[in-house]
Amino acid sequence: MNANTDFRICPESGLKIHRPAEALIKANAVLAVVFLLVGGVLGLLVGLTRWPEVHLLPADAFYKVLTGHGINVLIFWIIFFEVAVLHFASAVLLNSRMATPKLGWASTGLMLVGALLNNYAVLVKGNSSVMMTSYVPLPADTLFYVGLILFAVGALIHCFIFLGTLVIARGERTYEGSLPLVSFGALVACIIAIFTIASGAVILIPTLAWNLGLISHVDPGVYRLIWWAFGHSSQQINVATHVSIWYLTAALLFGAKPLSEKVSRFAFFLYIAVLQIASAHHLLVDPGLSAEWKIFNTSYAMYLAVMASMVHGLTVPGSIEAAQRAHGLNSGFFEWLRKAPWGNPVFSAMFLSLVGFGVLGGITGVVMGTEQINLVIHNTMYVPGHFHGTVVVGTTLAFMGITYWLVPVLFRRDLILKGVARWQPYVFAAGMSGVALFLMGAGTLGVPRRHWDILFSSAGAGNGYEFSAAALTLMSLNGLSAVLAALGGAMYIGVVVGSILFGRKLAENEKVGTLMVRAAPPAEKYHNIGMGTITIPGTMVLVGVFFVAFALYYFINWKFLAETWGLS
Amino acid sequence: MTSISPPSDKHWWKEPIEKAELIWIAIVVVWGIILTLMMPFWHVYGKQNLSSEAYKTTPEVYMKKVQAGVDQYTVRTDNGKPVVKPPVGSDVYMLGRLWEWWPVLELQVGQSYRLHLASMDWQHGWSLQPANLNVQVLPGYDMVMTVTPNKVGEYSIVCNEYCGIGHHMMLGKIHVVE
Ligand code: HEM
Ligand SMILES: [Cu+2]
Ligand SMILES: [Cu+2]
Repeated sequence: MNANTDFRICPESGLKIHRPAEALIKANAVLAVVFLLVGGVLGLLVGLTRWPEVHLLPADAFYKVLTGHGINVLIFWIIFFEVAVLHFASAVLLNSRMATPKLGWASTGLMLVGALLNNYAVLVKGNSSVMMTSYVPLPADTLFYVGLILFAVGALIHCFIFLGTLVIARGERTYEGSLPLVSFGALVACIIAIFTIASGAVILIPTLAWNLGLISHVDPGVYRLIWWAFGHSSQQINVATHVSIWYLTAALLFGAKPLSEKVSRFAFFLYIAVLQIASAHHLLVDPGLSAEWKIFNTSYAMYLAVMASMVHGLTVPGSIEAAQRAHGLNSGFFEWLRKAPWGNPVFSAMFLSLVGFGVLGGITGVVMGTEQINLVIHNTMYVPGHFHGTVVVGTTLAFMGITYWLVPVLFRRDLILKGVARWQPYVFAAGMSGVALFLMGAGTLGVPRRHWDILFSSAGAGNGYEFSAAALTLMSLNGLSAVLAALGGAMYIGVVVGSILFGRKLAENEKVGTLMVRAAPPAEKYHNIGMGTITIPGTMVLVGVFFVAFALYYFINWKFLAETWGLS
Repeated sequence: MTSISPPSDKHWWKEPIEKAELIWIAIVVVWGIILTLMMPFWHVYGKQNLSSEAYKTTPEVYMKKVQAGVDQYTVRTDNGKPVVKPPVGSDVYMLGRLWEWWPVLELQVGQSYRLHLASMDWQHGWSLQPANLNVQVLPGYDMVMTVTPNKVGEYSIVCNEYCGIGHHMMLGKIHVVE
């Protein structure tokens, strides 16, 4: 059969699925989960070592494992999954064939080789404990950089294939009018990814040349500036992707539509508009950068991106509320939310991701990205605390949720262990929120990140520093939370891998149930919902509470800052 | 029509915006402006602002300056390290290297000093505890900041940027006295 016309119709959603695209999506999703498993085990080892009473690994192993943890989860798990999401949001959602599936397989192969080489350098050769940031002039093995570069090249080709698919879909008129919102969000992620990978090349290629002795010097300040142009904007890819998944979940499970297309799309667009200089908030306590530069580049770039996320924070739950009300759950403030499918992990993961990302990741990101407040936060445990809120409770949990939907739809397997799946988002969110909160608490009390021995038992008599009992207790609580989070991660991997391997095969046209796809309410049902002229009063209450917490916590941190040494 | 289908109205950009969205956007924009203005506000009224003074340097040049301070103002030793007590208001030099902050300083509470920091080798994180003041220290950059200790006591400097296998043993000290 001609690969270009090899389609099947999804019995759940009615989407027309291009089989070669489907195969590639599945492969990337499976690779993602494998790297999550590797990175998650390493994360548990990190958490156990940083638990003062347990202190599991010796120092050299800890720094290897920490480097491997950061790279496997933040880069390999997330980006393999994002590749899958990109092709899903283009080929599948647009009922189109995918551009050049063969090249897609080659790119995924390149990414895999890169990931293996990098892991080989970090974990087997063991001479590349430079952390994921690999700040010069701390040297790593040549394969460390080569691996990252190959991985990035593969990801870049996937971006262009995605764009190619959009061109085909438009050319072959597989849809009418504008791109659906979710595909538009994926397009935003793709554009950011291209910028990001270009910045990555600008810094990693000279670093490789320096590593090979071809050039004598890479300036550490310049390295940080460009590395973070890549490191920060890659986080904007994650945000654009998981926000798209929130909208996707809302559309699938509730038949939700955007409150207004204009607002949601403009908010996505802002992520691109403010991209270039967002690295500034990683450099707030670096030498030599002027206050004007820092303020302009954090506020212009950061707060516009923050505004965009806050808007999605209203419009995503708002679109669910409006759809639920249109489906008839229109009484009081919260009937729509109470009667949401909390037992369906696709929904619970998505909603916990939304709340966790906003509360744990969002608020704290603004706080630590404030020029002066960064002085009391930079490189403390607060930083990993913050990004376990964004990239784990936010991005990772969103990806987990949509996997429960993709397994029956793409892999055509019924989920096994449905009871485990039902609880998994709650266990993972509880554990990871604990990690985020306790690390932030410890960071507020000064505990350093990337540090093997905060008891300083190895530093020699009279040399150490004694962290407060509260700080050490928070690190122990973090250890406990790490175990719970790892359990949640294991539940996810168990259910997903188990279902793919052993789940009951679904017959050609079999549906797994009504929980998977809900039809949109008819347009006229949207009239007269809500209270007065406010169609989404429940969401307004939620964002109001969020806003008050945000403002209070923000000003508390100015107070912390005011208590330290004077500095000018 | 949902978020995964093309907008039902082809001219979606002409659709009116929900009132709830408008209210929230207004709040968010005002808040963004407040967040932005807080930073210049603190430059004027706050006491903790990192200076942007920094110079290119090399390990050799910087070492000479540190050594000059040690030769001139050492008052005693502490665990084998010289304790330098510089004049109030003067330029004070400290370096980071594998794996220590050197030398130890003795400063007077409530007085200001021009503290210089640079690395001799890899990147380090100067983390003053329990004041919890943290700055990034790079090789090749001599960073100058005017510090004013606000409480008497013994402060430790931890390294909070990974700098190799001895990173967790990298420590330093500042005594703040009356
Ligand atoms: C079982 C799950 C996990 C546990 C227990 C865990 C625990 C930790 C802890 C305690 C740290 C801080 C270590 C330190 O600075 O000394 C850390 C670092 C980090 N974690 Fe996780 N984590 C988990 C999952 C994840 C996931 C899923 C992601 C990303 C999607 C992630 C991304 C990172 C990154 C990027 C770092 C920073 C590494 C560095 O400093 O270079 N973690 N993790
Ligand atoms: Cu150091
Ligand atoms: Cu260090």
